Amino acid sequence: MAKSVEETIGNAKKMTIICTKGSLDWAYPPFILGTTAAAMDVDVTMFFTFYGLELLKEKLNLQVTPLGNPAMAMPMGGMHMSMPNIVGMVPGVSAGATVMMKNLIKKKGVASIEDLREAAVLSDVRMIACQMTLDLFELDKKDMIEDIEIGGAATWMESALESDINLYM
Amino acid sequence: MVDETLDAKGLNCPLPILKAKKALKGMEDGKVLEVISTDPGSVADFEAFCRTTGNELMEHATGDGVYTFLIKRVV
Repeated sequence: MAKSVEETIGNAKKMTIICTKGSLDWAYPPFILGTTAAAMDVDVTMFFTFYGLELLKEKLNLQVTPLGNPAMAMPMGGMHMSMPNIVGMVPGVSAGATVMMKNLIKKKGVASIEDLREAAVLSDVRMIACQMTLDLFELDKKDMIEDIEIGGAATWMESALESDINLYM
Repeated sequence: MVDETLDAKGLNCPLPILKAKKALKGMEDGKVLEVISTDPGSVADFEAFCRTTGNELMEHATGDGVYTFLIKRVV
């Protein structure tokens, strides 16, 4: 949600995060850091571009894939199971990995992305969707959550120039 | 001494911090929030949170994998 001028002036530290990835695993770092920074009284702006726009959709359907990710080894029965690419290519394997990760997330008391995003909205994190990539991928703002603004590179630059921390994820 | 208690047992980073912040927001200055967590990372995190936000970490105790923090709302 946009902040009033009165709210944004002052001595608060500021941070921006550019969010470019739309998979279930990579949805976590920006939302964890964004919400935590907001909880620590930092004024946070998140700029969503390319696949990061996926994270703004009203209905999230985030997936994780072991394909091309040799470091992804899921804990299983006390061991860790990684997957050769050839197996990761088999239909259904990514869906299975997604289910496994969602189960782990629940079991370990890790927040869902839906919950973290809601926390971001409630703590006045400013969320900007990139106009150019909305056009490029023919995405509709109607399918996104309500609490976003639309902007471009210059919108992010303005925030970035007055920020103490700028992250690209 | 404790005005409110937040049971954050079973929750993982960053939920104990987010929930503590929410609880502190609804309290008056000088009131004390007790947070009970099972996340070992919350020890370092609550210290950092309090140093950064100016809220006072009055004490924390550890026992049986449970971490208890007393935080006085200052700002």
